[in-house]
Amino acid sequence: MEIKGASILLECLAREGVEVIFGYPGGVITDIYDQLPRTNIRHILVRHEQAAVHAADAYARASGKVGVVLVTSGPGATNTVTGIASAFMDSVPVVVFTGQVPTGAIGNDAFQEVDIVGITRPCTKHNYLIKKTADIALTVRHAFHLASTGRPGPVLVDLPKDVIAGVSEFKYPRKVVLPSYKPNYEAHAGQIKKAAELIINSRKPVIYAGGGVIMSEAHQELKDLAELMRIPVTTTLMGLGGFPGTHELWLGMLGMHGTYRANMAVAACDLLIAIGARFDDRVTGKTDEFCPEAKLIHIDIDPTSIKKTVQVNVPIVADCRNALIKLLREFNEGFENKTISKSAVKADHKAWLKQIAGWRETYPLSYEQEDNGPIKPQFVVEEIYRLTKGKAIITTEVGQNQMWAAQYYHFTRPRTFITSGGLGVMGFGLPAAIGAQIAQPDSIVIDIAGDGSIQMNIQELATAVENKLPVKVAILNNQYLGMVRQFQQIFYDKRYFGTDIACAPDFVKLAEAYGAVGLRAEKPGEVAPVLTEALATDRPVLIDFRIEREECVYPMVAAGEAMTKMLLA
Amino acid sequence: MASLFSGRGFNIASLSVGETIDPAVSRITLETIGSPPIIEQIIKQLRKLINVIKVVDLTGTEFVEREMMLIKVRAEASSRAEVLRIVDIFRCKVVDVSTSFYTIEVTGSESKISAILELLAPLGVEEVVRTGKVAIARSKK
Repeated sequence: MEIKGASILLECLAREGVEVIFGYPGGVITDIYDQLPRTNIRHILVRHEQAAVHAADAYARASGKVGVVLVTSGPGATNTVTGIASAFMDSVPVVVFTGQVPTGAIGNDAFQEVDIVGITRPCTKHNYLIKKTADIALTVRHAFHLASTGRPGPVLVDLPKDVIAGVSEFKYPRKVVLPSYKPNYEAHAGQIKKAAELIINSRKPVIYAGGGVIMSEAHQELKDLAELMRIPVTTTLMGLGGFPGTHELWLGMLGMHGTYRANMAVAACDLLIAIGARFDDRVTGKTDEFCPEAKLIHIDIDPTSIKKTVQVNVPIVADCRNALIKLLREFNEGFENKTISKSAVKADHKAWLKQIAGWRETYPLSYEQEDNGPIKPQFVVEEIYRLTKGKAIITTEVGQNQMWAAQYYHFTRPRTFITSGGLGVMGFGLPAAIGAQIAQPDSIVIDIAGDGSIQMNIQELATAVENKLPVKVAILNNQYLGMVRQFQQIFYDKRYFGTDIACAPDFVKLAEAYGAVGLRAEKPGEVAPVLTEALATDRPVLIDFRIEREECVYPMVAAGEAMTKMLLA
Repeated sequence: MASLFSGRGFNIASLSVGETIDPAVSRITLETIGSPPIIEQIIKQLRKLINVIKVVDLTGTEFVEREMMLIKVRAEASSRAEVLRIVDIFRCKVVDVSTSFYTIEVTGSESKISAILELLAPLGVEEVVRTGKVAIARSKK
C-alpha cells in the first residue's frame, strides 16, 4: 500500500520510539503539520528554531533518548545551525528534520532555499538530503542509528516538499547495515592489562572524567573504581554529576575555572586516567605544561579524540562503561589472587590524599556574603542548592552564571547538569530547561542565567507558559556581560566597552507580560523567601536577583597559560 | 572531505578522484604533508566520515605513483627542435601544434614530471595543467 511521505516520516518516528518533537512550522512542511496532530507524538511549538534544537538537546541529555526537531526551509533551517553546532561539540544525540524546496527547484535560489546540508556539513555527525519518497524510511532509520551510537552527535535530514508530498510503499528496515560505520565498544584486553598495571603502581593517581561517563551510563562503575582503588576524581564541566559532588574523593571541577585542589592534583599526579573526556583547551591550558610528570591512560569511544592534543601512554578506544567493567574485574581478580592487597593500596595513596586535603584547606572555593551588602551570585547558587536539596536539574546560560552554577551546586547524579559546554551558547538555558522539564516532568528544573544570556531566547517564556511547564529562571543580574567584563577588569585595566547592559527590560514586568510569574530580590535576606515562593508554584517563574556588579569568577587561569597559574582573588 | 581538510588546517598537496570497479564506490588519492601525529589525526578523521569505507596509508610502503600533465610550451623556429628532442628523450607525446606552441602530454612519476618541467622552463612554458597523483600498492605475490 502506498502512503504519503509525510505519513511515512511520522510512522518512522513512531517506530523509533519518538514521543516529543520540538518544532516550528513553515511553507514547505505544511503536509507534515497536517498529519502530526493525528499521531501520538507530542509537538512542542517553540518561538524560535534555535530554541527547538536547544530544547531537543536538553531533552536528550535529561532522558537518554534522541531529541527530535522539525523546522522549515531557508531561515528555519539556518536558525538551527547554532543549536546543531552546540550539540555537535557536546556530542548530543539529536535528529533535525529541515524542510527543503521541491527537488526541481534546488539550486535555483528559490524562495526560502538554503543549502543546509552544505552549511551543516562541518557541524553534524552526518547529514542527508532525501531525493525520493522511497528513501525516507531507510534514511530515518540510519539517522537515528548514527545520532545515538558510537560517539553521539546531531544528524540533519533535509526533506524537499515534493518528497514529503510524494507516495511510496512503506517498509521499515529492521536491521541497519552501514559497512563504513563500526564504532568500537569493546576495550582491548591487552590495553586494559597495561592500564591496570599502571594504576596499581601509581602513588599519585587522578581520574579525569568527562561527558562520556554520563553518556555511557558509567557513573556507578566510575564510583566503584574510585572507591576500590582509592583514587581522587575530578570532572570536566560536561562530566559534572558523573561522580557525586559530595564524595570524599571529589576534587571539584578542573580547568580554567576549576578548583585549586583539582588543578594542583592534576599538575602533580604521576598517573592521569582520562575517561570519556577529550583534553579540551579549557582543561589543559598550555599543553606543554599539562601533567608534566604523569603517565596518561585515555579511554574514549572516538579514536580521533585520542592523541589529538596530548600524547598518551595507554590509549583505549572503547565505551567507558565497558572499559571500566573490565578494569574493575582486573582489580577484583587481583585482590582475590592476592597479587594486590587492599591495605597496600590504601597505604600507597594515603600521603597523596592528605596532600590534596591540604590544598583544599589552603584555597577552598570562597566568597563573602555580608548580611547588609549586595547579593553575591555564589550565595544565590548555594541557596538554590540548599532549597532544592541538591536534587534539581540545573541548566545554565553561558559566562559567569555558568561557572558559578558549576562551582557551587554540588551535583550528585548524572543528567542533572545541562549546559552548552563546547560551543558556549548564550541563550541555551531557557529552552534547555523546557526540554529537560518535558523529559523529567517530576523534577524541579532551574535555569541559572545571566541578564545578557536570558535575553537571547526570552521569547521561550511563551513556550513554557503555553505548555504549563513549572521551570524557574534565576537571573544573576549584574547588568553586565559578566565574563567579558571580568576579562576587561583583570586584563584591560577595567576599560569596559561593549559590556554594559544596564539598558534592559524590567524582568518582573516582562515575565508577567508573558503570563509567567515575576519575582525580584535586592537584598540577601530576600533570596530564600523569593526562591521558596518560586518553588511553591507550578507556574513558570522568572526571578531577578540584583547581584554585586563587579564580582569575578575565581579561580581563573588566563587562556593559554599553565593550569597551575591560577588567579585566586 | 575537502572541508574537513580546510576546517582542520590540514593541507592538500594533490587530489585525484575516480570510479572503481564498483560504480557505487569512488577512490580518492590524496597527497598531504605533515608530521606523524598530524598524519595519524588525518587518517582517523577521514575514517570518521560516514561515507568513507576505507583509508589506506601508502607512505613508506612500496607503491606505483603516476601523474599526468599537459604542458603548453613556446615552439618558435629557434626552439622547436629542442622541444621535440626533449619530448623524444622523455618518451612523451605532442598532442597539439600551432605556429607558436606545442602541447605536450606527459605521464609518469613525480621525478619525471619535475625533470621535464625544469628542462622546458627556459624555452618558455605558457600553461601547465596537472591531474594530481594516483597510486597503487605494489603486489607482493
